[in-house]
Amino acid sequence: MEYADLLNAGVYFINKGLLNAFKIGSIYALGAVGITLVFGILRFAHFAHGDMMTFGALIAFAGTVILRNLGINTEPIPTGLLALPLAVAATIILALIIDRHVYAHFRASKSPPVVFVMTSIGVTFILQGIIRLVGGTGDRQFFFTAVSNGESIREDKGRWLVKFDWLRDHFDGFTQKLVITMPQLWLFIFTAVALVGLHYFLNHTRTGKAMRAVSDNEDLARISGIDVGRVVKVTWVIAGTLAAIAGTLLAMDTQYKPILAFNLLLPMFAAAIMGGIGKPFGAVAGAFIVALAETFAVFDWRPIAGYLFADRFDMTASMALVPAEYKLAVPFAILVLVLIWRPTGIFKGQVL
Amino acid sequence: MKYLLEARSLVAGYGELTILNGCDITVEPGSISVIVGANGAGKSTAMKAVFGLLEVRQGSVKFEDQDVTGCTPQRLVELGMGYVPQVANVFPSLSVEENLEMGAYLAASLTEEGLDRVYSIFPILKDKRKQAAGQLSGGQRQMVAVGRAMMMKPRLLMLDEPTAGVSPKVMGDIFEIILKVNESSVGVLMVEQNARQALAIADTGFVLQTGQNLYTDTGEALLANPEVARSFLGGKH
Repeated sequence: MEYADLLNAGVYFINKGLLNAFKIGSIYALGAVGITLVFGILRFAHFAHGDMMTFGALIAFAGTVILRNLGINTEPIPTGLLALPLAVAATIILALIIDRHVYAHFRASKSPPVVFVMTSIGVTFILQGIIRLVGGTGDRQFFFTAVSNGESIREDKGRWLVKFDWLRDHFDGFTQKLVITMPQLWLFIFTAVALVGLHYFLNHTRTGKAMRAVSDNEDLARISGIDVGRVVKVTWVIAGTLAAIAGTLLAMDTQYKPILAFNLLLPMFAAAIMGGIGKPFGAVAGAFIVALAETFAVFDWRPIAGYLFADRFDMTASMALVPAEYKLAVPFAILVLVLIWRPTGIFKGQVL
Repeated sequence: MKYLLEARSLVAGYGELTILNGCDITVEPGSISVIVGANGAGKSTAMKAVFGLLEVRQGSVKFEDQDVTGCTPQRLVELGMGYVPQVANVFPSLSVEENLEMGAYLAASLTEEGLDRVYSIFPILKDKRKQAAGQLSGGQRQMVAVGRAMMMKPRLLMLDEPTAGVSPKVMGDIFEIILKVNESSVGVLMVEQNARQALAIADTGFVLQTGQNLYTDTGEALLANPEVARSFLGGKH
């Protein structure tokens, strides 16, 4: 076994395994935090959360097309990021409109939680309809051509890759390269900033503490004079912001499609439940655990085995624990196991 | 001002059900009033009606001679009333200090002063200020609950069965808490199941039956009243 083989195996593991898991974990975390906050304050499972993410991505895509047609180029920052504030604002407004005209009605009539859950499924269908009506049913690339003055501008995803390939020049036989795309890099940055910011907000500001108080004991919060209506609005602002960021960066890293985030609903709920529903940082931990489990379940170990034990294995079959088509079964299995053994989440402490 | 709180001929209830049928509750400034009575007599309902948690159908509530009938709980907190619910009266995942801060949510400028005051009444809470309220013992949790209600410097503190479901030792602690609060000339109105101990510290006692005043007298006189003793104090002691 060569020194370079070890390096190759390690870089492959980081590149295709860890980085992937952290990418999808960041997306799940941003979504699951929103889901768990909404649950903590409003006491229902918000199934329309995935479509709020898709909605944000669609607005960001529209903004990107407009910016590019205006001939705006902000290399090395992807144009999509410039459209992100627009997407965030639009998603916040969407969330507030839905709350005011749909959920508020059921709050006023003190409907049981199951009514809210059913309503949020209805909202999901409406949003999916709107998304398809506005954005069409096809897939769309953030990094592709746009036409300006009859000339096509090409913003290629490949240009935004960060390649750590200097190792190749220094080690013989080193062939793997570490690649991070620009959207991934921004996703990590946004996730870190958002979560640190959220932590500060919840623990060190009056409004944040009031939010936790409402989540703990709404009646007592009212008696204390906390404006619960305002806390509800703040919750939607935070959930909408995180959803739009996650949706946009996911679409930039892969592509925009109408079912972009609806598919993420199950892993995000698994993450929120695993972390103890109502606990934002439990949801973050849950998100990364689900993402790691999912990624490494379908991770193909063949190249690593090839580098390390080339002569001892038959290298023709995939060496993934679970076939890639069954990826979604992994969070589902985690969800079932958590619900059986630790229905209040994997962390200690009170839950709702 | 003769009365700090003066509720007259209260009629209130839940939906179709009428629980209070014209009961009177009063608290003199700086004194302790206790409401006792059998289960279902309307003790907690009277508290809720006074504190605006329940619609008052007839009758009036005056606080410091000002008519506050139908005011929201928030408004009453601003005016100088504090209320400690019977159950779920702390924020369990918030720290002790955060619980207290929530008590002064309506007037953030009072937070510092309020914390000092509550910590001087209950020094143990200062040591535990970073701990989650849900992890405290029953007695300490009641201190947090009372402390939260004390943050806005109320002139009247209302407690709904503060000793419900606690051990006899903690019960003693809670009565001490109440006397301590009262020392700083805060008026206290409380509902109590443990009528004997409660009437012993009461300046005024109200014995309710089917939502009406059966007896109204000083705590001492009620304890000495053989009728009250037989019906509500659980035999001779």
